[in-house]
Amino acid sequence: MTTGQVVGPTTAEGEKKFPFAPLAALDVLWLQVAGTICNLKCSHCFISCSPTNHSHEMMSLAHVRSLLDEAKTLGVKEYYFTGGEPFLNRDLLIMFEVALAQGPVSVLTNGILITPKVAARLRELSDASEHSLDIRVSLDGYDAETHDAIRGRGMFQRAIKGVMNLNSAGLVPVITAAEVTDDIGAERGRAQFLEMLKSLGVNRPRLKILPILRMGAEVERTRAYQEWESLRGHTLSETEAARLQCNSCRMATSKGVYVCPLLIEQDGARMGDRLTDTLGPFELKHSACFTCHSTGFSCRT
Amino acid sequence: MRYANLESYDRVLFIGGIYSNYLALEKAFTMARSLKAEAVIVMGDFGGFGPFPDRTLELLRREKIFAIQGNYEEALAGGAEDCGCGYTDPRDNHYAQISYDYTRSCTSAEHVRWMGELPRYIRLSIGGQRTLVCHGSPRQINEFLWQTMTPRPFIEKMLRDFDTDLIICTHTGLHWSRFIEPGRGVVNVGALGRPANDGKTNVWMSLLEWQDYGFRAEFIPIEYDFDRLAREMESEKLPPEFVATIRTGWWTTCLEVLPAKERARGQF
Repeated sequence: MTTGQVVGPTTAEGEKKFPFAPLAALDVLWLQVAGTICNLKCSHCFISCSPTNHSHEMMSLAHVRSLLDEAKTLGVKEYYFTGGEPFLNRDLLIMFEVALAQGPVSVLTNGILITPKVAARLRELSDASEHSLDIRVSLDGYDAETHDAIRGRGMFQRAIKGVMNLNSAGLVPVITAAEVTDDIGAERGRAQFLEMLKSLGVNRPRLKILPILRMGAEVERTRAYQEWESLRGHTLSETEAARLQCNSCRMATSKGVYVCPLLIEQDGARMGDRLTDTLGPFELKHSACFTCHSTGFSCRT
Repeated sequence: MRYANLESYDRVLFIGGIYSNYLALEKAFTMARSLKAEAVIVMGDFGGFGPFPDRTLELLRREKIFAIQGNYEEALAGGAEDCGCGYTDPRDNHYAQISYDYTRSCTSAEHVRWMGELPRYIRLSIGGQRTLVCHGSPRQINEFLWQTMTPRPFIEKMLRDFDTDLIICTHTGLHWSRFIEPGRGVVNVGALGRPANDGKTNVWMSLLEWQDYGFRAEFIPIEYDFDRLAREMESEKLPPEFVATIRTGWWTTCLEVLPAKERARGQF
């Protein structure tokens, strides 16, 4: 299977253009089920989610069902549920049940709403399916000091409680950490994360490190993207294109289908109403495209 | 040559990742004769993990078998600096590199040349069903097709895209099969090189047979002298973590690629 076209960097007039990323196959469907609504207001959130941000609303069960039906016909390989905080969507567990019947599910959560009862229900849903249910809990630091500076006082303990509840239910969560400090992604930071998790009795610790995206709330915490952080004029090779997550994913929100999970607040990133509208190439004109390209990063686990 | 085409069979034995486990391979070849398989197909990743890679290659080249490249053969024949297994975690990559560097330094040039000539895929017919044999997936040599991450709609699409009824793959080290209808589906043959992360020391190969109602995929456990393999790995100064896997049947490295369910089944 070819990964598609390679796009030259300039027009006849010599103006530098952005490369296009083809969609090789729609393997991964993201669902922004809680929109931009969250029970936290993290200072690094690249889409500025909060209890009052209704830019993208909660998705309805009917909407999610129709997207899942469409995804089935397109041969989608896996489903990711996110927000905002997805567990704020009161239909989330029903959505999981429907999705797990047709493919593996991952969910990105801050862990706060994962009570023992919710964890037990997640275990039941996982056991009832032939597919994996992967639960990713965000911990932006291996101690309360770092985590709470980003997510609010007391939140480290509450997230840890969620992790412990999942662990007790026999589920093996993936801890997701954004590189809010320099050492988190380095060997020492990773080792401290793993040690902290083991000390809590999590005997199969899993860790995913995400780069910082200089959009949304993060702009105030550190800085915005600068002009050089751009793919303008870059020629994308087939190998580079294959590494980009937009080569194999799309993101659905209450407002339509977007190219990827990062760009739902960016102009021009909405590609259509239905998945089949969005199977064409995408112009990599956003600064976050530069982050994906330069770090080789994917939001997938 | 990317594709090799074979004739028609009804009963074929498949051997997935061997990872230099030449002792299990000797045993597998002995068993193959009594199983009366019409053909034996080995599916790449001959080296890595275990000791003395040339011993595996000498055995393979002596037997009348068919072989395709895995990512290991592609990497070695292409002179790559790493195995291209597709891990994303630094610890996984650390151990993968030890494994690759050892294998690369101990594999003779003549065997590397042979690997370079192997096809990437084999197409054949089993019981009249079109069958595609690949290492990772039909579209990517190092794609992991896990049991809990390979849903039916995706299988349907792959069968359609690659014009086949059956996909046979390996690369994950764990065996499983899923048929979307009789005679159409995916079989992951697992690995001969290391145990299946289940606390047992045996390893696996797969026999595929056409019967009236469809395919029968039989996963065959192989008991071998794992203690000897472990001692030889120690004498070759391979990581104690690898040796522990051979002795206990639990994976200790390259765990981060595992999906939730597969990870939960293991000890680490």
